[in-house]
Amino acid sequence: MRFDEFVCFEATVSELQATDRDGAITELIAALVAAGKIPSESAKDVTKAVIKRENEASTGMGKGVAVPHVKHAAVKNVLAAIGQSSTGIDFASLDEQPVYSVILLISPVNNPDKHLQAMENVFRHLQKEKFRKFLRQSRQPAELEDLLREADENPSW
Amino acid sequence: MGETVLEKLVCETTLEIKNAEGLHMRPAMQFIDLASQFDCKITVSNADRVADGKSIMQVSMLEATCGTRLQVRAEGPDADRALEALRELVEVRMFGEPPP
Repeated sequence: MRFDEFVCFEATVSELQATDRDGAITELIAALVAAGKIPSESAKDVTKAVIKRENEASTGMGKGVAVPHVKHAAVKNVLAAIGQSSTGIDFASLDEQPVYSVILLISPVNNPDKHLQAMENVFRHLQKEKFRKFLRQSRQPAELEDLLREADENPSW
Repeated sequence: MGETVLEKLVCETTLEIKNAEGLHMRPAMQFIDLASQFDCKITVSNADRVADGKSIMQVSMLEATCGTRLQVRAEGPDADRALEALRELVEVRMFGEPPP
């Protein structure tokens, strides 16, 4: 699945104010609400669900990136928002290092295959050092959008 | 099922994903945790996607939905035991998750 099929570019947070995990998740969900992608009345419940999932096992995969995610009835299609932090966020990552890019993913409840397709795309790119470097360097929403669109156009990139 | 090549055991098998949600991150974590307990090198592939069976980032990009048949290759002294344990996790225990 291409980034532009599930990433909400309008909800990019170029500098997360939070320095803790739950704060960062809350900010990204607020950005999705502001972009009209999640009903505001669902925000609290989605936030709670993402944090609950994160408490079960950290999605801080190492190398400065975390991919918190949950399946929730508030969305009909896979939806993602990306937040950047120049100071770093403690996500209890596998490598115990701070996280500089948070990719929040909300998937519909009854479509596990779509969730896996989005994850496949995210991790295929995150494995590449060059992609991670550019991701971290994208300090403006437009830069991030360019990066992801470029990745969509060049799958082998 | 193994053959000894230069004192190295190489085993290969096919494992079918049977839980409804597929190999999402939590099962992927269980997979790499188990794989990492063995000394052998473990490679997992889904068609043309090939992953190091001990890397969460790589296993997460296999896009192994329910019904996917993964090719798993183990190379090393405990290769046969590793594949046996992984089969138990994937096909018998189904990562502790329900089938469709």
